[in-house]
Amino acid sequence: MNVVIMRLTLRALLGSRRVWILVGMAALLWIVAGLSRWGSGADVGTATGVIVNFGFGTLVPIMCLLVGTGAVAPEIEDGSIVYLLAKPVPRRTVVLSKLIVAMAVAVAFSVISIVVAAQIAGDAEGQLALSMGVASALASIAYVAVFFMIGVVSRNSIIVGLIYAMLWEGTLAGYVPGVRAVSVRQWALAPAEQIVEDNSVISIASDLPLVPAIVLLVLATVVSTIVSVQRLKVLSARVSE
Amino acid sequence: MSTIELHGVSRWFGNVVAVNDVTMSIGPGVTGLLGPNGAGKSTLLSMMGGFLPPSSGTVTIDGVPVWRNPELYSGIGLVPETEAMFDAMTAYEFVLANARLHRVDDPASATVAALEQVELIEARDRKVGTFSKGMKQRVKMATALVHKPKVLLLDEPFNGMDPRQRLHLLELLQRLGDEGHTVLFSSHILEEVEDVAGTIEVIVAGRQAASGDFRSIRRLMTERPHQYTVTSSDNRALAAAIIADGSADAVNLTSDVLSIQASDFGRFVHALPRIARDAGIALHDVTPADESLESVFAYLVAR
Repeated sequence: MNVVIMRLTLRALLGSRRVWILVGMAALLWIVAGLSRWGSGADVGTATGVIVNFGFGTLVPIMCLLVGTGAVAPEIEDGSIVYLLAKPVPRRTVVLSKLIVAMAVAVAFSVISIVVAAQIAGDAEGQLALSMGVASALASIAYVAVFFMIGVVSRNSIIVGLIYAMLWEGTLAGYVPGVRAVSVRQWALAPAEQIVEDNSVISIASDLPLVPAIVLLVLATVVSTIVSVQRLKVLSARVSE
Repeated sequence: MSTIELHGVSRWFGNVVAVNDVTMSIGPGVTGLLGPNGAGKSTLLSMMGGFLPPSSGTVTIDGVPVWRNPELYSGIGLVPETEAMFDAMTAYEFVLANARLHRVDDPASATVAALEQVELIEARDRKVGTFSKGMKQRVKMATALVHKPKVLLLDEPFNGMDPRQRLHLLELLQRLGDEGHTVLFSSHILEEVEDVAGTIEVIVAGRQAASGDFRSIRRLMTERPHQYTVTSSDNRALAAAIIADGSADAVNLTSDVLSIQASDFGRFVHALPRIARDAGIALHDVTPADESLESVFAYLVAR
């Protein structure tokens, strides 16, 4: 871990316009949660739908996409990554330092957004907030690792990331059962399903049992991280155009 | 004292050859990497800076391969051509972060020293993003100097500098070279290189076209056959007089233009007015046909 790189990454993430998009998305979720409460009379079933499908299923991946790619892709794009790479610091340290910060930022934003939204929309003794808070935290870690990797590998990281999040996880997973098993979203829902005591009140269902889901989450995170390190080791950063 | 060694280095991108079998040794002092745009200077610098593996051949600094060897950066200062830095930081913060990443003993005082070296100390608390091109160039210099590297690699460092800033950078590079640093900078402008570089490596179309001190390069460039186009009151008579005089190698007369090739540049330019006057011919226009740097380079390659 390198404190200087961590601090630079945090500054880059929180100092950019991206942070306002993140705040805007949280606010949007809270507004939708408020409307849902007003429309349904704080019905927990309706609240679960809003939190799981809109908050967790749509906004959390986008937040992680912005944070995960934002931690590395702009610097590769404009060439300023040279100032981090032309240093006697192993590339592994560069990647891990950036990833830890990105994960922390993503977890903070997604968990706060989801937990507060659950309270606004209508919760059953904190069950919804707790279960989906845990799911969001786990999903954020895996998503950031994956999107960070895409940011290192691809010059069109936002587009590639959006295609993955929306097309693969959002659309295809809706009616192709096999696809659903290969999705960060389903993996992170497994522990949430376990946390909820009464599934008839809060219906959260994952396609996978807990243990394989956790294993796959860890695997996705670790493999993405390793790929990022390997790619950054041989990144032919252009000293100039 | 450090030496950069390139041995049989080639680099291709797909089927485009950017650098073609270059072997050179760059020792202490200031060396200029001279060549037209797109000659492969940046590719060479990227390979020396460890940002690009050679497709074949070896690039070493003091015998150690540069590629995939981040520890080597303790001894290398890199000034990239790209303008992008961490624009939201002040000059001081940015240079300080670089000093810390280099694990300099006393990063704060090293930062102040580097900013003083590039005369940017008064602007230390201004954001890098608000800087002019010349000032950005100097921040980049400060980040490259903050850990006192033995090797300094600069990609087109004079781009965008005003004459005063240029002079200052020239002096700085000169001083670093005199102190025993190995300084290599690229440029496509001969005059920039001749002012400061003890050694010049000329790169054209990915190949090493010439190498040596400034005098020998200049001589190569001025001794090549020069082309002129001349219009006068009587081109035909002038052509005859020039050939009779023997100061040019060849003349070519077309309908209204006289083209002349002279290998002794100094002799010809002195002889031409005299020949014209003696023959009673008025010179309307004398234009060197190929004085662009590209044609000079092209000559060096074809040589």
